[in-house]
Amino acid sequence: MKARLRHHPFVPGDELDAFAARLADAGAVANLTGIARARSRSGALVRGLFLDHHPRLTPRSLDRIAAAALGRFEIEDALIVHRCGTILPGEPIVLAAAGARHRKPALQAVHYMMDRLKSEAVFWKREDREDGSEWIEPTEDDRSALARWSEQCPG
Amino acid sequence: MIILLFGRLADILGREVALSLPQPCTVADVRRELARLHPASAAELAASRARAFIGDAMAREDAVVRDGDEVAFFPPLSGG
Repeated sequence: MKARLRHHPFVPGDELDAFAARLADAGAVANLTGIARARSRSGALVRGLFLDHHPRLTPRSLDRIAAAALGRFEIEDALIVHRCGTILPGEPIVLAAAGARHRKPALQAVHYMMDRLKSEAVFWKREDREDGSEWIEPTEDDRSALARWSEQCPG
Repeated sequence: MIILLFGRLADILGREVALSLPQPCTVADVRRELARLHPASAAELAASRARAFIGDAMAREDAVVRDGDEVAFFPPLSGG
């Protein structure tokens, strides 16, 4: 299991190739790359995102989410790569991947990691737009997406 | 003691503030003193907005802060 915080741009394909090469007996590798958008919800042009982080608690939160996916689904391994610092539109913010014998648990694990990352990862995100800057907080959609996993497996 | 700030609070106060308070003092005292010295941060520093940590552990308002401690205030997380 690997969770990595990156201060500089990364290439999701390279990370994914390296992850897949380490798998011993996988029949499926599922992944999702989150990319910085060029426009905000209001349609304003975004100059960049700034992801502030805590030097110890942020990496720990990524580790915890990857480990939880590994414990919860029938997967061989899980990977999270997450950017911090200044991210330009079009650059990858996050890569979540899971390798498994079968596709369903791999896809579920990626979905689960992304839902937890959106609400629980220790980041503070500022959107620097042409019309000003704004610190972003999780949306109600993010919270309900996370709650769905608790309903599926109470306790 | 060193106070670490993140997110919106770091925009207002910078990443680090050094503070000297009479001992013994609590998280609530640190919060109050910081808000007194930097009124622009007061609303964001409110206990209902910013969670306090001593070292890596979340701390209650009545937790005792010692001189060499690293105290951090976390505005609401944005998530990844």
